[in-house]
Amino acid sequence: MGGLQKKKYERGSATNYITRNKARKKLQLSLPDFRRLCILKGIYPHEPKHKKKVNKGSTAARTFYLLKDIRFLLHEPIVRKFRDYKVFVRKLKKAYGKTEYSDVERLRENKPSYKLDHIIKERYPTFIDALRDIDDSLCMCFLFSTFARTGKCHVQTIQLCRRLTVEWMNFVITSRALRKVFISIKGIYYQAEVMGQLITWLVPYQFSHDHPTDVDYRVMATFTELYTTLLGFINFRLYHSLNLLYPPKLDSKTESELKEEDEDDYAMNSESYLEKLSALSSSLARVVSTAEEEEAELDQFPDEGEDIEKLEAREKEQKQLEAQKKLFDGLKFFLNREVPRESLAFVIRCFGGEVSWDKSVCIGSTYEVTDETITHHIVDRPNVDKQYINRYYIQPQWVYDCVNAKIVLPVEDYFLGVTLPPHLSPFVEEKDGDYVPPEKLKIMALQRGEKPAHGQEDEEEEEDEEEGEDEEEEDDNEEEEDDEEEADEKSLKKMEEQRSKGKSLQVKVTPGKMKVENPARLEEEEKAEEKRLAIMMMKKKEKYLYDKIMFGKKRKVREANKLAAKRKAHDDAEKSKKKKKTRK
Amino acid sequence: MEESSSRNMRREEAKKVRQKTVKKRSTEEEEEEQDEIFNFNKKPAEEEEEEEDEDLSDSEDSVFSGLEDSGSDSEDEEEEGSNDKEDGDDEGLKTGPEESEQIEEEKGGVTHKKQEDEYERDSSDEEDIRNTVGNIPMEWYRDFPHIGYDLDGKKIYKPIRNKDELDEFLDKMENPDYWRTVHDKQTGSDIVLSDEQVELVNRLQRGQFGDVNFNEYQPQVEFFSGDLMVHPVSNRPADKRSFIPSLIEKEKVSKLVHAIKMGWIKPRRQDDDSRGRYYDLWTNEDSSILAKHRMHLPAPKIPLPGHHESYNPPPEYLFTDEERALWEQQDLSDRKFPFVPQRFSSLRQVPAFPRFIHERFERCLDLYLCPRQRKMRVNVNPEDLIPKLPKPKDLQPFPTTQSLVYRGHSGLVRSISVSPSGQWLASGSDDGSVRFWEVRSSRCMKTVQVGGAVRSVAWNPNPSVCLLAVALDSVVLILSPSLADRQVVSSSERLLSGQQEEEPAEGVGPVTWSEGEGEELNQGIRLKIQHPKAVHQVAWHAKGDYLASVMPDHSSHLQVFIHQVSRRRSQNPFRKNKGLVQCVSFHPVRPYFFVATQRSVRIYNLVKQEMTKKLQANSKWISSMAVHPGGDHVVCGSYDCRLSWFDLDLSTKPYKMLRHHKKAVRGVAYHRLYPLFASASDDGSVIVCHGTVYNDLLQNPLIVPVKVLRGHVITHDLGVLDVTFHPTQPWIFSSGSDATIRLFT
Repeated sequence: MGGLQKKKYERGSATNYITRNKARKKLQLSLPDFRRLCILKGIYPHEPKHKKKVNKGSTAARTFYLLKDIRFLLHEPIVRKFRDYKVFVRKLKKAYGKTEYSDVERLRENKPSYKLDHIIKERYPTFIDALRDIDDSLCMCFLFSTFARTGKCHVQTIQLCRRLTVEWMNFVITSRALRKVFISIKGIYYQAEVMGQLITWLVPYQFSHDHPTDVDYRVMATFTELYTTLLGFINFRLYHSLNLLYPPKLDSKTESELKEEDEDDYAMNSESYLEKLSALSSSLARVVSTAEEEEAELDQFPDEGEDIEKLEAREKEQKQLEAQKKLFDGLKFFLNREVPRESLAFVIRCFGGEVSWDKSVCIGSTYEVTDETITHHIVDRPNVDKQYINRYYIQPQWVYDCVNAKIVLPVEDYFLGVTLPPHLSPFVEEKDGDYVPPEKLKIMALQRGEKPAHGQEDEEEEEDEEEGEDEEEEDDNEEEEDDEEEADEKSLKKMEEQRSKGKSLQVKVTPGKMKVENPARLEEEEKAEEKRLAIMMMKKKEKYLYDKIMFGKKRKVREANKLAAKRKAHDDAEKSKKKKKTRK
Repeated sequence: MEESSSRNMRREEAKKVRQKTVKKRSTEEEEEEQDEIFNFNKKPAEEEEEEEDEDLSDSEDSVFSGLEDSGSDSEDEEEEGSNDKEDGDDEGLKTGPEESEQIEEEKGGVTHKKQEDEYERDSSDEEDIRNTVGNIPMEWYRDFPHIGYDLDGKKIYKPIRNKDELDEFLDKMENPDYWRTVHDKQTGSDIVLSDEQVELVNRLQRGQFGDVNFNEYQPQVEFFSGDLMVHPVSNRPADKRSFIPSLIEKEKVSKLVHAIKMGWIKPRRQDDDSRGRYYDLWTNEDSSILAKHRMHLPAPKIPLPGHHESYNPPPEYLFTDEERALWEQQDLSDRKFPFVPQRFSSLRQVPAFPRFIHERFERCLDLYLCPRQRKMRVNVNPEDLIPKLPKPKDLQPFPTTQSLVYRGHSGLVRSISVSPSGQWLASGSDDGSVRFWEVRSSRCMKTVQVGGAVRSVAWNPNPSVCLLAVALDSVVLILSPSLADRQVVSSSERLLSGQQEEEPAEGVGPVTWSEGEGEELNQGIRLKIQHPKAVHQVAWHAKGDYLASVMPDHSSHLQVFIHQVSRRRSQNPFRKNKGLVQCVSFHPVRPYFFVATQRSVRIYNLVKQEMTKKLQANSKWISSMAVHPGGDHVVCGSYDCRLSWFDLDLSTKPYKMLRHHKKAVRGVAYHRLYPLFASASDDGSVIVCHGTVYNDLLQNPLIVPVKVLRGHVITHDLGVLDVTFHPTQPWIFSSGSDATIRLFT
């Protein structure tokens, strides 16, 4: 009878998880080292389904890792390197304590270091995997490259980050992969499409950072370590995919041009090359110098499953993309000194424009202000003293808006001293029912090729209003029914009253009116009621879900309405202001 | 003795020689010489004075050494001269070697003689030559008149008169040289120190060298200088150890070699060029590793920014003051955006984002600290969730519209009942009246004032009699409204009067029967059944002879009475109190009796007198109950908004719980013929449901709400109080707290 008594927590989910402390002990690592290992290897905690079971009956808050993951870490060669490093530090301390400086030097020269190549390969088995996960690394590298060299992290790290980001930007320029740009209050978002992957990154504004005290820079540094390695490999591969030299070399032609200028003004010889690269003004050298890249014509494979419409749509998209890539072809920009040079140069060059700046701003300027062929002069100040006639003086937002609209927008709204139109996020894709700001509608109209008319704006607004009303009507539908019933009742009441008040009253018979019944409406009502009855019969669980969904939908509508109302109020206020002005 | 005598002799000789030399020098020179001596001793300015002093001292000398003088027999002249000399000598002795120099100079040419002299004196063991007692404490001579012996062995006498305090004081006051006078204990004489001697004492006290001419700070001569000398400093030959290899070093080297061999020390690493660090990592992409990562979830990307985040957003995206205040009040986690939308008129005015590093760091933390989970996002079309029900149209007939309103009551109408013929409607209200309405015309045919709030009315279901049971307070009235043809009225009269004979047989129980009298008879009240407590509900048996009344009471088992009208008998079927009875009902066909308590419905078999079933209603407080005319199904309404539908054949648990009402369910009813049931609630609505039970047991019963009927106005939080179906038509009556009765057809 019976057998051995089964013990608790020796099978099932309790054996699949391990707490952090236990994992640490198993790996024989200190907590910081364990943290680093997890960061590098991409191991994250898991939330067990039955926490209490896994926690062996306790409800204390603990982090759990999958036992499999920890076993996987056991065989990691980097763990040994961590231990080596610990030993190294101990030796170094000892040597210092004994003031044996020759030993110190020898130890320093043999400082243990590790490579993350195999980890990258392991975490991202294919190149596409790596590309997909590059967002964070780009953000981090761009952030670190803006750090001052003040001991928050190693100077080498900062330099490496800078180098890698410059390489990345040069690649994006050469491949013309940039798709969207967005100036936010946090920084500038860029979105590029590389090998079919949409990659978004955020670049902070070029200010010195107010370093917060509650941030653990060690964690950030560990991430950066991983990210720089990843980005380096990706850059290498990307450069080679475009037949570019890696590490990047400037085109010999442009290089010789640049050489003419005296370089001593800007930087030391060792740094000037990176500076020139980061100027983003010149093209890169290729392994096989091709005069012009031939555009591979997209072959058409008429697929049975695919509709012709779809095919056409795709073709159209492709065309649009090509057009966008050549957005600024033939335009010559000049950047005034107060505009963010790097960002603008990057964006303009990504879309085929030529760009230059004052020689004293940065290395790598290609032409002077006085150049007669300049078409656009980007200025971010109320007015400019000396204006040339044959060029537009515009504010920097124009460039970004053009990129997002995928067309060259009319420059009138962006002249100096003009109140800029709102800058919209290109990442928002409005579905039906969402609120669409009128500016977006305007841009969409421009995209469709319609001429912007002054009246149009108002019309759109009116449309908006109508839409709003429709929605309200829908809401009212339910109530109306009740109203009707109430009305019926009222009439009945009246009749009854009359009746009860007396037969003495003169009974008037008025010809009855035919109650016109809208059959469509009736049907609708019937359907609505049917639905309501069906909703009543829903199971509790489903009802909950249904209510939740409907709540979400309603909230969306509410928010859209709120935005629309706010806009309307704002516009009205503006109008009344204008009127007042004109009256005066 | 000889030695000493010879010495003495020599001394004498020296003295003589000296004297001779003095004499040799001419007497005119004497003055000069004297001058010279003083010049040496004192400053020339004080010369005169000094001279006098000297004289004085001389006299003093004579005074002090008077003994000596007196002691001297002959050679006065000589003595004089020698005395002088001796004085000088004495001084020289006291002040040390310097004196000898002075004397040397003084003596001039007779240096060699002098040297001899000096040499003699210089011996350390012979301090004072004049007093030969040696270095002894002078107290020993305290009691003697002398203080020692001179060189000739004669006694040296103490001065005649010792100076007393007064002398001392006078001396102190008068003698300007008092401060430089020193008492010589050995000779008992006072010596005045010369300026030079004072100077010497001062210098010694200051810790300086006695010699004035000695330079303490002479320039240092470097012995080991950087200059290469012709001659070595030391001419020591080199050690042997400098020619043979060091053993210690050899040991160290061998240790290093061993360490290198063992791999403990690694040779210097080559700096790998960072530029060549990268290579094509993904040359041979192999998908086998992918399998390992099946469990791996890639981190979700950061959500993309919306219009809110723009540096120049459209005006509607900016916060109004209220929104901003709300944002500031909200907890960090509740905020919709972690930042306030802002607008800048130009790009150059945009400042750095203060939380940029924070956000990056938080992202890092998320990446390595957050548990990742595949969350199945419900992407459900809400329309799909709605169950597919048969269309209400197909389930007709059922009441759809309100067609008649019966007005007349002034209080809320608690109970209504329809006559079995369907022609009459009786209603009992809180205004103390029972009204009879004609259904089709909504005419109030009759009003009976019963004098008390009517809790319940019930028509006798037997179509051959026309009787109405009315419950008010603690009385149940049986009314004969005589609203039928004569035959029916008479048969009902017969039923009521038939039992009269047997009445006296009835003993006095808790219930007393009495007949209506006088005015009451005119109104149609035929019988009064007095109960011990307030009656809440009355219910007829289907045959129309038995009547059940309910008196809810916690503490008593007297809650239900079953009355037999024809025999005027009452009985209490239950011996025990099984909870608060809410309502009772007779089974329409079989001898079953349903008793609804708060939580459950008990079914008693009246023939066997036992409980057959107990239905759990799954609700907190049952308010009403209705039994299907077939007797297979029961519906219970409860105060917690639920309606439970039981299939008696199936289970004691409700087959279906309906939560359609928003408020307490007050009444439920079954239709006699159609598969309809209805529930009335405090939310002012009556919901009519279609409930078909198929003969095929495999097919689930179909329970579908078909219509929500509204019309009653909610007053005092009460809506519809009672509901009942027309016996033949698909019509429904409802009575509400707004004192109306409504008919929906």
